[in-house]
Amino acid sequence: MTLQDKLGDQGDAFYSCLMDAHAGLTEAQSHALNARLVLIFANEIADLTTLQNLVQQAAQSGRK
Amino acid sequence: MAYDYTPFPYTPPPGMTAPEPRHPVVIVGAGPIGLAMAVDLALRGIKSVVLDDNNVVSVGSRAICWAKRTLEIFDRLGVGERMLNKGVTWKVGRNFFGETEVYNFDLLPEPGHKYPAFINLQQYYVEQYLAERTQEFPDLIDLRFLNKVIGHTDHGDHVSLKIETPDGPYTLETEWYIACDGAGSATRQRMNLPFEGQTFEEHFLIVDVEMDQSPFGDHDTPERWFWFAPPFHPGQSALLHKQPDNIYRIDLQLGPDTDPKLEATEEKIIPRLKAMLGDKPFRLDWMSVYKFRCAKLERFVHNRVLFVGDSAHVVSPFGARGGNGGIQDVDNLGWKLAAVLQGDAPTALIETYNEERTHGSGENILHSSRATNFMTPKSPIEALFRDEVLNLGTTHPFARRLINSGRLSRPCSLAGMTLQTPGSAPVCPGESVVDAPLNGCDGDTWLIAEVQGAFTLLAVGDVKLPAIDGIHRIGINSHADYPCFKDIEGHASRRYGIGMIYLMRPDGHICAVFDTPDIAAITAAYHQAKGGHR
Repeated sequence: MTLQDKLGDQGDAFYSCLMDAHAGLTEAQSHALNARLVLIFANEIADLTTLQNLVQQAAQSGRK
Repeated sequence: MAYDYTPFPYTPPPGMTAPEPRHPVVIVGAGPIGLAMAVDLALRGIKSVVLDDNNVVSVGSRAICWAKRTLEIFDRLGVGERMLNKGVTWKVGRNFFGETEVYNFDLLPEPGHKYPAFINLQQYYVEQYLAERTQEFPDLIDLRFLNKVIGHTDHGDHVSLKIETPDGPYTLETEWYIACDGAGSATRQRMNLPFEGQTFEEHFLIVDVEMDQSPFGDHDTPERWFWFAPPFHPGQSALLHKQPDNIYRIDLQLGPDTDPKLEATEEKIIPRLKAMLGDKPFRLDWMSVYKFRCAKLERFVHNRVLFVGDSAHVVSPFGARGGNGGIQDVDNLGWKLAAVLQGDAPTALIETYNEERTHGSGENILHSSRATNFMTPKSPIEALFRDEVLNLGTTHPFARRLINSGRLSRPCSLAGMTLQTPGSAPVCPGESVVDAPLNGCDGDTWLIAEVQGAFTLLAVGDVKLPAIDGIHRIGINSHADYPCFKDIEGHASRRYGIGMIYLMRPDGHICAVFDTPDIAAITAAYHQAKGGHR
């Protein structure tokens, strides 16, 4: 499964890092940052099937 | 200078006075696709009648970007060099975001090809050159202007047509009816065939200007410049291209909520152009405001009626896949129809035109729709992602791959389709010929000139190709009793590998590869490529 926990005990630090990156930004700047993050993450993952799967998982999770 | 639209002469057709014998082929539409179709068939000895409701070439430059593969096909048709000499050769594209150049690309970075990645040449020249070429086949091509087809009926083994002329109506019969009557195809409408796809709401302004000074900054440069949100046209996209005769193509996105009639007036256009061109003087040569859609017929073959070019499929102009796609249709159909008419292949071979070209046009529509969606974001979030791709692209090469101002036309692969025998080689079955410079007993030549037009076996190196009825043979760096050539600078050896044997179709697509000259295997692949029997 693509949504198994892989970060483990690094999770809290990652979350802080993400929040810190948004600190002081306007909402528009934050949206732009998120868009850049998605693009950079996608390039890092670099596998179309995995990415399609992840996009689908994210889309489904949001609809609940 | 402005193009001189000399009308083609009209002569009363023979069918006005006495019934004409049934023709093998009638081509409806004398645009670039219909004319190329007639020349392709004539080169194979097939007669055709070409009917057109008009009597001048394309008004306005319309299709201007002709891709390498198209030029190679035009080379086979005998007009490639003329087009190359007249056209503006380009291979570099630059994409800007605002004033900043985000990235540039070079479409043909390697030497050893007869034709460049692209030339720009106005459609009226392409049509003129093709029309003049048809005149070199007076016994095979019967070009009839001001002949408007107003009805047709498929009778199973032939099609009858009703035609209107300045002298009144007449009728014709043909074994095959080729509809090259364009995006608004009257043939398609008469047959009530669904033509479905995605319609885009954006309006675009397309303008040709003539100017002595270059609009490409300080020096003239034959490139493709594309702007996202340029300072001179805020929030929209813009495209600049150079054509022959000091004519420049400018394409400006206008957005969805514009009045096309109002926008197509000089009062509206001149200020837009001045914002882009500054004080440099220009003359307005042609303009049009348009919307477009990506759509295709489900099938291109309807018994004896065959759809070729825009009548079968339309795409957005970004990617140069309209005219180029149509010429590839012609290339695919010509040899098949000739083989069927000459009794050399079963009628079922025509069905593979449907298989291969619905696939090719599907690919063109996919790329074209994606480019259009990138260029014209439909929501704030689409616009946000688009802008962030452009922002990242200025510093990060990976994001440049995502910038889409049109993925420019490339030949599609026919791998995995009925006529191809699967196999593996440096150039795989399904792909089209990769050119290379050669030297033969008549001097320097090109691979495309030696293999296109007929089934051909090709090998590089010390291979003896077997003699098989109906198949030409050429060797590179070989010694044999068939035409042999010397590789120049190792291009052919590098591109094809030494010792591999390639079977090429008359349209230059590879249909099978072999690592030994096995007559039985080659013969089987040849029969498969001709539709499976004889």
